[in-house]
Amino acid sequence: MKEYQTINEVSGPLVFAEIDEPIGYGEMVEIELSGRGMRRGQVLESTDKFVAIQVFEGTTGIDKKCSVRFLGETLKMPVTGDLLGRVLDGSGQPIDGGPEIVPEDRRDIVGTAINPYAREYPREFIQTGISSIDGMNTLVRGQKLPLFSGAGLPHNEIALQIARQATVPEEDVGDGGSEFAVVFAAMGITAEEANEFMDDFERTGALERSVVFLNLADDPAVERTITPRLALTTAEYLAFDLNYHVLVILTDMTNYCEALREIGAAREEVPGRRGYPGYMYTDLSMLYERAGRIEGVEGSITQIPILTMPGDDDTHPIPDLTGYITEGQIYVDRELHSKGVEPPINVLPSLSRLMSEGIGEGLTRNDHSNVSDQLYAGYAEGRDLRALVNIVGREALSERDNTYLDFADRFEREFIQQGYETGRTIVETLSAGWNLLSMLPKTELNRIDESYIEKYYEENSESSEVEG
Amino acid sequence: MSQAKEKTIEDGIIKRVSGPVVSAAGLDAKMNDMVYVGDEGLMGEVIRIKDDLTTIQVYEETSGVSPGEPVENTGEPLSVDLGPGMLNSIYDGVQRPLAVLEGQLGAFLDRGVDAPGIDLEKKWGFKPTVKKGDEVNPGDIIGTVQETESIEHKVMIPPNFVGGKVVRIQKGEHTVVDEICELDSGEKITMRQKWPVRSPRPTKQKHTPTIPLVTGQRILDGLFPIAKGGTAAIPGPFGSGKTVTQHQLAKWSDADIIVYVGCGERGNEMTEVIEVFPELEDPKTGKALMSRTCLIANTSNMPVAARESCVYTGVTIAEYYRDMGYDVAVMADSTSRWAEAMREISSRLEEMPGEEGYPAYLSARLSAFYERAGLFTNLNETAGSISIVGAVSPPGGDFSEPVTQNTLRIVKTFWALDASLAERRHFPAINWNESYSLYRNQLDPWLRENVEDDWPDVRQWAVTTLAEEAKLQEIVQLVGKDALPEDQQLTLEVARYLREGFLQQNAYHDVDTYSEPGKTYLTFKAIQTFNDEAFKALSGGASIEQIQAIEAVPRLNRIGTASEYGEFIEQLEKEITDQLKELY
Ligand SMILES: Nc1ncnc2c1ncn2[C@@H]1O[C@H](COP(=O)(O)OP(=O)(O)OP(=O)(O)O)[C@@H](O)[C@H]1O
Ligand SMILES: [Mg+2]
Repeated sequence: MKEYQTINEVSGPLVFAEIDEPIGYGEMVEIELSGRGMRRGQVLESTDKFVAIQVFEGTTGIDKKCSVRFLGETLKMPVTGDLLGRVLDGSGQPIDGGPEIVPEDRRDIVGTAINPYAREYPREFIQTGISSIDGMNTLVRGQKLPLFSGAGLPHNEIALQIARQATVPEEDVGDGGSEFAVVFAAMGITAEEANEFMDDFERTGALERSVVFLNLADDPAVERTITPRLALTTAEYLAFDLNYHVLVILTDMTNYCEALREIGAAREEVPGRRGYPGYMYTDLSMLYERAGRIEGVEGSITQIPILTMPGDDDTHPIPDLTGYITEGQIYVDRELHSKGVEPPINVLPSLSRLMSEGIGEGLTRNDHSNVSDQLYAGYAEGRDLRALVNIVGREALSERDNTYLDFADRFEREFIQQGYETGRTIVETLSAGWNLLSMLPKTELNRIDESYIEKYYEENSESSEVEG
Repeated sequence: MSQAKEKTIEDGIIKRVSGPVVSAAGLDAKMNDMVYVGDEGLMGEVIRIKDDLTTIQVYEETSGVSPGEPVENTGEPLSVDLGPGMLNSIYDGVQRPLAVLEGQLGAFLDRGVDAPGIDLEKKWGFKPTVKKGDEVNPGDIIGTVQETESIEHKVMIPPNFVGGKVVRIQKGEHTVVDEICELDSGEKITMRQKWPVRSPRPTKQKHTPTIPLVTGQRILDGLFPIAKGGTAAIPGPFGSGKTVTQHQLAKWSDADIIVYVGCGERGNEMTEVIEVFPELEDPKTGKALMSRTCLIANTSNMPVAARESCVYTGVTIAEYYRDMGYDVAVMADSTSRWAEAMREISSRLEEMPGEEGYPAYLSARLSAFYERAGLFTNLNETAGSISIVGAVSPPGGDFSEPVTQNTLRIVKTFWALDASLAERRHFPAINWNESYSLYRNQLDPWLRENVEDDWPDVRQWAVTTLAEEAKLQEIVQLVGKDALPEDQQLTLEVARYLREGFLQQNAYHDVDTYSEPGKTYLTFKAIQTFNDEAFKALSGGASIEQIQAIEAVPRLNRIGTASEYGEFIEQLEKEITDQLKELY
């Protein structure tokens, strides 16, 4: 092991040290604080004369006298099935007082790309029990579907509701079928928020099949850049070695990106948009693309990253780059939240790109995609009219327009609104959809095949009369 | 990539490693030479030479690589292997066959492995088309091979060879490395060519294209057509439909060959193509779509330097099929990721950044790429074309950013995607007010001749109606629809059917997904018939409410999903006309 006492610069999260032997790019480093503990880091740049080291636990207290040890390998995560039920800190050390972890293997945390040729296209419907997701933005096994939220919105409740209710209908559980596991990675969230998750996991018994990584708000920021990688390495082991169906919750990606920005600034890199590093797209993709399915392997990784959009602005680089990588997104909406709608999901900008292959005959129901399309069209039209009605009043609108206004209201009250403790089956969700669509005259249902109208349209729907 | 590690010219020593960029001293190298980096022999390319220091972009992950390790030069520029076996294949950005890598490495892509771009052992039935004594020149076709069920591969004299008389030519089963032909100039010819990806393959002449690339997408063929040999950009925010549109073109357009470049995008989208295309039929030949398709997949999490090179790999393969006389269409999804790869490498080189950090040569690189599109007379006198459709992913969906703007200066077709249309599930979410095609006029003669003589007039009617709607909508936003005079209300109604029945097209509906030009035309016509008859009814005294209540009219929106569309439309036009006539 190479050891030096050659630190010549400490700057933000970075330490520079002189060396006289070759050090590998990405290699792990330990910095000894003369009797005051040890910090870990990673080589960010390696030349034949010096190295730049990114220190995970912060550089406070590091001085030129500290000794630097190069471990000769990149950062690894010790993995084993025994991690289930354990709580670790943001750099993977157990903090639950449990027994020492005896690893089956140690895996490089950066991970390597799944060969696209070896992937299996995700098409297994996951019923989350939430109508706005199942009905209109269907989640499938192996998908990466983030929650786009804002400060103070109930994204945690939604993530927990999904984790609690998610089932794959008609699956043979029990005899050898794969089991479900949760990997939860917290990055810079408050202890209170973390408790919200932990309590729920405990209450529902989910903790036993979970691995929890906690980097909290008062933990070192730079550590946040490795927490999700540790979590995903664990998830890959559980999914692709042990055949679990793993649901990975990453929260809050915004804090992760802030940490990236901090490191970039310390390195005096040319910043990209709004000060975030130009390589942030690539960096994020190396996390998100670790979701998926592999041909011939039973297990899967489904990701639900959570991010809070600064200023609720989805053109901000964090949601923007995320949306360009993930397979859709679910918007948590402030206006619906203030109306008391639970969960306050705005379906219009939300999207699940894997929906079309995961629904329909034999998967959910044959009218599913038609119903979804028509609900979208109807709700969009109704919401547009709300702007107009404020100006001209309801009387100036045609009967058709008034129907759409009512449709939008009822859609929010009856279809979106369901509460955090209620789970609806997909059939219940589709019935709720038909109940609303039956407010509209049949001729308006131009996204729906005539045979489905025949079958599901409710002739005497209670509210087809319009109040003027 | 195929280069077996040829013996070193002069090894260099690594001095510095920073992500995908490595500097080495003591390397005897030319610009753009291919090199092998470090003990593991990672593939790289020389991108700067300064004094004794050579800078290399590495096409693989560099973790663990340290100063002091060697760098080996191949002395040759980054090249692709060209020959039979590229169709129905999937490659990474430097033409490593992903199916072969899976066999060697399993599901995850490790580094330091290499495999030839085309199978060196497989035997192909070669049929000569020239005989002993014939005079052949660079580019000439000397024989054929049935590459896939739908594509006959033409074996050509490489453009950089010297021509001559055929001394020997061998029919029969051969591998791509067997000598199948010898010329009196001494050239020995195999079915495998190597070509540096950054240099366009030579042609005789470039022409103005006059034939449309028929896409089967109503809004494209009907309003914003692209030519065979043309260029198009499709910018839009995330989730607006760039990839679906490009998949639609790859599926249904009437090109002979498709090269689909997934540049820095999602793994699953490539998997989807691999899984779905073999099961779909090429509308032109009835054969499996995959047999005309070559995929380049350098997904977002694969090395960034290989993302930079993947568009070149793709277009070079396209040029090779063009040389055979084929119409090739290249889909590049997304050119923004390619530009970002340039930016990332450039910033590691500490080059002076231009606009938004992109290197100053961004615009030059983009135009050089799109310039490789066109309709050509090849060296061998065949005609071939390359059409390029590039997706653009502007940050925040803002089209004023450098990649979109620089692209718009080059391409002649602009399909602008619109998030607000996508939100209301109006697909394809192409904004008809912002999009344009500069090919319309040059393609009209073909459309008149091959579809209907009044195609341009019908299109103009639709364009005018939609423009009129846009104006009226502004007023409606202020006063409501009912405040408009009845004829304007009727225009809005007609425009609504143009939007819902013509412009919208569901890529996921078995029938609607593809609309042949005849159907596209008749759909236009059906809505125009409604327009004409309804205006007659209106001036005959019918009210707008009565017209709106006509039972047959909403069926205009079902033309797209009607498989027997001829009958359906005829019947529908008749009913609409009859029912409207009853009103006055
Ligand atoms: N023609 C279409 N028919 C039906 N649905 C469509 C169509 N075009 C787009 N969509 C819908 O829009 C979604 C997003 O489209 P797509 O994946 O092509 O977006 P994109 O512009 O490529 O986004 P990104 O930049 O993030 O890759 C699709 O998953 C699909 O649900
Ligand atoms: Mg896309």
